[in-house]
Amino acid sequence: MIRTLIINVIRFVALVFLQVFLLKNLTLYNLSTPYPYIIFILLLPFETPNVLLFVLSFILGLTIDAFYDTPGLHAAACVLLAMVRVMFISITVQKDGFDNEPEPTLSVMGFRWFFAYASVLTLCHHFFLFNLEVFRISEIQYTLLRFLLSSVFTIFLMLISGFLFFRSKERK
Amino acid sequence: MRNLLIFISKYNAFFLFLIFEISSLVIYIKYNSFQKATFINSSNQVTGNIYGRVNKLNQYLALRESNDSLMAENSRLRGQLASSFYADTAAKHTVNDTLYHQQYTYIAAKVINNSVNRANNYITINRGSNEGIAKDMGVICSSGLVGIVVNTTAHFSTVRSFLHKDTKISAMVTDTKDIGSMIWSDDLGPHTGLLIDIPNHVKPRLGEPVVTSGFSLFPPGISIGKISKLNAKGGGFFLNMEVNLSVDFSRLEYVYVVINKLAVEQATLEAQQKKDDPDTNN
Repeated sequence: MIRTLIINVIRFVALVFLQVFLLKNLTLYNLSTPYPYIIFILLLPFETPNVLLFVLSFILGLTIDAFYDTPGLHAAACVLLAMVRVMFISITVQKDGFDNEPEPTLSVMGFRWFFAYASVLTLCHHFFLFNLEVFRISEIQYTLLRFLLSSVFTIFLMLISGFLFFRSKERK
Repeated sequence: MRNLLIFISKYNAFFLFLIFEISSLVIYIKYNSFQKATFINSSNQVTGNIYGRVNKLNQYLALRESNDSLMAENSRLRGQLASSFYADTAAKHTVNDTLYHQQYTYIAAKVINNSVNRANNYITINRGSNEGIAKDMGVICSSGLVGIVVNTTAHFSTVRSFLHKDTKISAMVTDTKDIGSMIWSDDLGPHTGLLIDIPNHVKPRLGEPVVTSGFSLFPPGISIGKISKLNAKGGGFFLNMEVNLSVDFSRLEYVYVVINKLAVEQATLEAQQKKDDPDTNN
């Protein structure tokens, strides 16, 4: 329990630092902006109570907002992401399997499930984020293009990080 | 009440989602001026669009009135332009020299009318008899010979351009100082003149400069052009040559009128000679 807490605190700080000081300056062709910090919400343990999940998402979003000077934007997207996560997990994962698989990581859940999980959640988050940021229907084409390319970039970075911290099942 | 609590706890995720989503959106709209403005005004996009269309229609109906008022304003403003005023100061450039007496003085003038594409072309300049311009004075510009004054009024003068059928100007090839005449006809185009009456023994070269001779009413040595073709049409016992004119007549803007102080004296003398011997041609 303590170990999970420490890991998640470190993950939170590391992801915020990475997002704010490195990836904020990174944009491909003015179109693709990655937001892989949301992997923090994705990797929270299955047993996390819903209240804690939403509070953490809200705080993570507000932290990112504080650095991006957009109060509320990332918070709203992250809360939506938490909702989608709750729904996705309730649909795809059996409740009794929670004891063996504490965290929805790539190494625990396998590539196919993790890829679907990361894709759906990232697409929801990014779609909401970009449209809320632009807040205009007239630029919908450009917004959708940015949303799609950014999602691809973010999912790519998430999968890479998943393989990077891959723990084989024997060590579990 | 108990059922309500059960209901809320069963779908707690959704209610939590609602609470946090609404609070973050409130923060977002409250602290971001762009979304605030758009949010408040988004309902006005429809009405604003309609207002714009009606306004366009009204403008179209009032087109005649707005055209009239624009025309009136245009003419009023045009009258205030600097170019519609006549500058009545004419700078004359003379040099006081005790060894050489000044023979030529120059008056700067602006070309206000010009043509190059007719058989007989005339130029109008904005200086006239008030500034001392008289008939038969030469007109040059910075790059060479332009023409001869044929008519003057108080403020304007007409110049017979070099591009004129009656032009005949005494010219000289610079290498051998042989004298001929420059003429022009409309089949040559505005960039070419014809140098005639050069004696047959002269061997001019291509590109040789042609300048005014001292026998013309121009100062000697004013550039006319360069020889571009050695054996042009006609000629007989004399060489005819095409000359590429150094002045671009289609782009004339400022010219100088040459005042020859001794011209009257020379003309009187030559007229006297003519009277004495009417058969002689000069």
